[in-house]
Amino acid sequence: MANLELPDALLVQNYVSGDENALATLIKRHESRIFGFIYSKIADRDTSNDIFQDTFIKVIKTLKSNSYNEEGKFLPWVMRIAHNLIIDHFRKNKKMPMFRETEEFSIFSVMSDDEPSIESQLISAQVELDLKKLIEELPLDQKEVLVMRMYQDMSFKEISEITGVSINTSLGRMRYALLNLRKVIDKHQIVLTN
Amino acid sequence: MAKIYSRKSVVATTMKPKKEIVSFLLSYSKAVSMINIKNQSFEIIAN
Repeated sequence: MANLELPDALLVQNYVSGDENALATLIKRHESRIFGFIYSKIADRDTSNDIFQDTFIKVIKTLKSNSYNEEGKFLPWVMRIAHNLIIDHFRKNKKMPMFRETEEFSIFSVMSDDEPSIESQLISAQVELDLKKLIEELPLDQKEVLVMRMYQDMSFKEISEITGVSINTSLGRMRYALLNLRKVIDKHQIVLTN
Repeated sequence: MAKIYSRKSVVATTMKPKKEIVSFLLSYSKAVSMINIKNQSFEIIAN
């Protein structure tokens, strides 16, 4: 069809002069962009179809009443009509855009709860329990330093004073405690993550 | 045979209006005519 190669402005001119096929060509050329634009805002296929229809009814009426002036391009003009109708739609319904759960979009990606979920609370409790069991397996001197440092939040100076060893020895025991823990975790392939 | 657990995509890849809508628009365009009289626009729809 020769119409397919004609620019929009000429098709509009032909349509205004009475060539109905010109409108079919214009719709076919731009339907996917216009409908996609509407759907991106509305996210509902039926409503998008309604707005698409209303958009083109407006286009047809404007063109037929000779009130279209070729100041801008055809597509941006139609998009603007569609945009205004989308705004009208939301105003009429007095609500924000509706979000529908799809495979690509989950409503929970924009809604979140700061509280840890029951699942993560359970995992945390389990991790802590596992870790405590592993710490119990450490040699007594290492376990002592690690518990005082990590659970009782004591400084190495305080630890060294209580245990009666130098700060360097306390640091060394802490280091070996951590190395031993890592070794056991690796060996048994224990997962200690939340 | 292995089960396929993936679901079909809900969002269609091609964004096009219904054929009925386009067909309605083309028929509407053929049926409607606008008449401008003294700054007022009248719409006439032929059956």
